[in-house]
Amino acid sequence: MPQTLDYLKESPSQTAGPYVHIGLAPGAAGFSIFERELGQDIAGPNAEGERIRVEGVVTDGTGAPVKDVLLEVWQADDEGRHPHPRDPRHAEVAEGFRGWGRIIPDFETGLWSFDTVKPGPVMGRHGRLMAPHITFWLVARGINIGLNTRLYFGDEEAANAADPVLGLIEQVHRRRTLIATREDREGRAVYRFDIRLQGEGETVFLDI
Amino acid sequence: MKPFEYIPRDRGVHPPAYTPGYKTSVARSPRLPLLSLQNSLSEITGPTFGQGDLGPLDNDLIRNYAKTGDPVGERIVVHGRVLDENGRGVPHTLVEVWQANAGGRYRHVKDTYFAPIDPNFGGCGRVLTDEQGFYHFRTIKPGAYPWRNGVNDWRPAHIHVSVFGQAFVQRLITQMYFEGDPLIPRCPIAATIPDPKALERLIAPLDLNAAIPLDCLAYKFDIVLRGTRSTLFENRLEGN
Repeated sequence: MPQTLDYLKESPSQTAGPYVHIGLAPGAAGFSIFERELGQDIAGPNAEGERIRVEGVVTDGTGAPVKDVLLEVWQADDEGRHPHPRDPRHAEVAEGFRGWGRIIPDFETGLWSFDTVKPGPVMGRHGRLMAPHITFWLVARGINIGLNTRLYFGDEEAANAADPVLGLIEQVHRRRTLIATREDREGRAVYRFDIRLQGEGETVFLDI
Repeated sequence: MKPFEYIPRDRGVHPPAYTPGYKTSVARSPRLPLLSLQNSLSEITGPTFGQGDLGPLDNDLIRNYAKTGDPVGERIVVHGRVLDENGRGVPHTLVEVWQANAGGRYRHVKDTYFAPIDPNFGGCGRVLTDEQGFYHFRTIKPGAYPWRNGVNDWRPAHIHVSVFGQAFVQRLITQMYFEGDPLIPRCPIAATIPDPKALERLIAPLDLNAAIPLDCLAYKFDIVLRGTRSTLFENRLEGN
């Protein structure tokens, strides 16, 4: 017998279930318990950059909206900086910029939305710049392990064309599933980002 | 600077997306493979939380929703440690929990099970791990409850657990089960985990050493998140 490697194994994932809101967004479950629910304000009041809205619907393999999904997003600020000690420029991030949000759809329609600032490009591997993007993580009843994906911006064509992650998607037409389309609504940019869990137009999900 | 990376997720210890015994997974599982991505700054960073985000009773589910008295049920302490795969404690990370009450009823607009709501029990809590990764909370042991999967399926008693870690790649939601519960081997959700040894790591043992005599029993639940990996030699230079 060789020596054994003494790494531990990650705890296995389990579905978040239909009542995930009780723990992560009790207001949506129908009661008030915490003084402050987390993840309600992604950018905060001081962040520079273009204020945008992002909205969409998550649909299942039959095309029905997934109304009990919970989404979390993680993003850089408008200069591509993350408020985290591993980012060499984290000290320059505006106070109150969390970069993280938790989003619950409307229980009737499945439509979700959030307000933030448009992120700047982020330094990728080997010194290659990544196009502006927002990292998504989805959990729900029926999803056994959280699904990761990325939102890119439809009005960043040149940056998207050079993005090292989009470039990894072998079937070129599938890259479109990660690109949100821009619409100007009452003077503000609204990006539409629908996520299809399965079937036609299936969103590209990432093993990060 | 060497790239800082996490150990890739071993998908063999996790449930696959498509597990037909758990019916809802059938239409909610991607059919195409995941795209593997090496970690960049977007993955090795993640949100951070501090005591200022939390209230003083947030880790005490016996008190944090008490209106007219204490909730009904078996009083327990749940404690443990959040570790990474290298065995190091994960400090100052947020652990969130939610659960049904002693009768198996959730405080949620969508739960219609006829077991009654407990007026003194909300069913959620949160806590930050300490410097060494330890955490604890106090609650009522949840009851089993029926669900519309098979015609007579019942969830074992369980507490949902959500953990952040220090990077977005460590984000994990799982469920804690209780030692000795005969519903565990009969549960289609527990059975989504392919390896029985991996499932055992979600079953919290009774821990009498941490019980409070004449007050609360205790269960111990350690949570392992992904660890960072070392690359001792790197041939590929930055910029190449």
